[in-house]
Amino acid sequence: LQDETSILDLNNAYLMKYVADIISTVEFNYSGELLATGDKGGRVVIFQREQESKNRLLSRGEYNVYSTFQSHEPEFDYLKSLEIEEKINKIRWLPQQNAAHFLLSANDKTIKLWKISERDKRAEGYNLKDEDGRLRDPFRITTLRVPVLMPMDLMVEASPRRIFANAHTYHINSISVNSDYETYISADDLRINLWHLEITDRSFNIVDIKPANMEELTEVITAAECHPHQCNVFVYSSSKGTIRLCDMRAAALCDRHSKFFEEPEDPSSRSFFSEIISSISDVKFSHSGRYMMTRDYLSVKVWDLNMENRPVETYQVHEYLRSKLCSLYENDCIFDKFECCWNGSDSAIMTGSYNNFFRMFDRNTRRDITLEASRENSKPRAMLKPRKVCTGGKRKKDEISVDSLDFNKKILHTAWHPKENVIAVAATNNLYIFQDKIN
Amino acid sequence: MASIFVVSAERFIPLFPRLACQGVLLGCHPCFRLNMFSKGTKRKFSDGDEEISDESLVGARVASSYSLQRQSLLDMSLIKLQLCHMLVEPNLCRSVLIANTVRQIQEEMTHDGSWHMVAEAFCSAGQSPSERLVATEVLCRSREQDAEPKLFSVISYEGCREEEVVADETLCSVSVSDTVSNVCLAGRIGQCWEKSELSGVERDEEALEDSRLGSGEDEEIDTKDRASTESPKTIGQVFGTFEIKNGSPGPDSALEELFSDVDTSYYDLDTMLTGMQSAPKMGPYDILDSLAPSHSSPSIVSTPNCRSDLNELDHIMEIIVGS
Repeated sequence: LQDETSILDLNNAYLMKYVADIISTVEFNYSGELLATGDKGGRVVIFQREQESKNRLLSRGEYNVYSTFQSHEPEFDYLKSLEIEEKINKIRWLPQQNAAHFLLSANDKTIKLWKISERDKRAEGYNLKDEDGRLRDPFRITTLRVPVLMPMDLMVEASPRRIFANAHTYHINSISVNSDYETYISADDLRINLWHLEITDRSFNIVDIKPANMEELTEVITAAECHPHQCNVFVYSSSKGTIRLCDMRAAALCDRHSKFFEEPEDPSSRSFFSEIISSISDVKFSHSGRYMMTRDYLSVKVWDLNMENRPVETYQVHEYLRSKLCSLYENDCIFDKFECCWNGSDSAIMTGSYNNFFRMFDRNTRRDITLEASRENSKPRAMLKPRKVCTGGKRKKDEISVDSLDFNKKILHTAWHPKENVIAVAATNNLYIFQDKIN
Repeated sequence: MASIFVVSAERFIPLFPRLACQGVLLGCHPCFRLNMFSKGTKRKFSDGDEEISDESLVGARVASSYSLQRQSLLDMSLIKLQLCHMLVEPNLCRSVLIANTVRQIQEEMTHDGSWHMVAEAFCSAGQSPSERLVATEVLCRSREQDAEPKLFSVISYEGCREEEVVADETLCSVSVSDTVSNVCLAGRIGQCWEKSELSGVERDEEALEDSRLGSGEDEEIDTKDRASTESPKTIGQVFGTFEIKNGSPGPDSALEELFSDVDTSYYDLDTMLTGMQSAPKMGPYDILDSLAPSHSSPSIVSTPNCRSDLNELDHIMEIIVGS
């Protein structure tokens, strides 16, 4: 049944043509009005949704470019003689508290707090200077006037308000704003730091898994997130496929976890690549705060926070790749870090795959769908056609065989509107936005 | 955990290179095939990496493929660890995962004992010779099948005296029992297998080693050779060291031969910052050309990162020539 309640019937697609660089992160803000993307060149592009027009009943608000700014520049670490990439690893919005919007953007080493504000008026009628800015001769001024605010073309300005630097020896992989809206955490491969948004010259180190002897290093932190409601709780995932939930009230240094989530390994599928494919690339709490979702190389797992010994749901993203792991190891695709996301009601989850495919799973009906983000399929108001990968035997029409998949076209970053069925999918340097059908 | 990582010192490049990252090929993504090292040399047996040609998968060859593929995977992993991007700090997560894979392979090679038993187990599984990625299947399959040691191999190893085994205490932290082969043997076992001479495997191994030293025919990176003659670095060097080992090149490594023409001063910080002192005999583009992956065997996955590495190469060239 293709009811309007089905979340999988996205069919209004349009492509936001993106300039130059590879998109490295995508994030809606809390209202869904704004969509931020970060790219490999250190730029942030923010899209804003148009107001819905009463005249054009068939159009939902479309996203148009709102602001573009250079967030991070390439740097050079003189001590190590290494470049620090300007690539934006993560963007996280702060909840809106006034007319301006705030977001955190992070590259490998530095986090910046940006303020994005609008200016649509300017003052005219100054006493001491002309309209073109030249200073007036004070002796020529015979009358006084009060400057008046006149409308002007909308200008969106982005200014860096805080720079949180020099706190990470290793590469930052996650940032997450706490539910108290005053603090946030940043995680690199071996450490997690707790910051206050107002204080840039110090941060608290709350997790440190660096061994005394680096020869004994076998596990790194891959992702971290704050609980959406409990400001003392956060989780972090590891390259060994484990998730640790920590309570900041328990101790200053949260090396000892409160909960430890790990699924026992299936001995029948063990191989040399088992550990690599179990490495968790993303962890996300559900909006309700009761579940969390983890993404490893081949699957997505939903965990109940009250049950540590196994996930409550497991979804296979591209199981047909299991027999190709050796090749994927050779060309490094096995190390690709896919992200995952929840929809607003936590009833569906989405993640990316190769060949510009992305997958969506309905948790209630257990239906799943594979869609492709491509220009051919993205004519406006075109119905998105489900794709299918043929794993063996006879290939049906419209199916694509595993060997024909393009592993250069990978969808690592996806985002779901917090309230509506609107999704943003980043395919290399193109951003696709899909909306569900209009009734 | 006991360190049984056997990469020899001078070929080992740490992951966080300091200024003089010498002898390292920059930006060559470890996606090239191992068989390219055999350029110009006659192979002793059919290629041992995972792209086995269809017609060569029969009987004994399939039987030996598991340990050959395992060896190939080990070598591939070692290359991945060694080839680091010069300008940007390498990904620690990736390095840790590769290093763990190497450890895992070595542990299995140490504990598994006879490779012959493993080979027979897979032979009986009836692999289809037309599977292009048979090695993938072999490596990814359960290891449950190789549970029981066969008497045949036990006998052959019992005949070996351990003094003949190239056993370095630091190499093989697992004590060598009478039936368990150690890491040193594993590298040569694959080649031994072709000779079907399981008795006297030690003698063959030493003979092979000698012949390889002389002829340089070995296209695989044979770290175990070197490891037997010098003290190896532990796997911790991957993460902890800031010193570049610059010892004399090993005897027969194809990798070393490939890099021997590279002017290592090319990568000195001084050279980089002040511009090239003299034209290198072989520039980075030449190296890349010679290591281009062979096009004979189509792979199902493309090589996505080579292009970005070439861009990095451009970047490096810009710095060096001061443009």
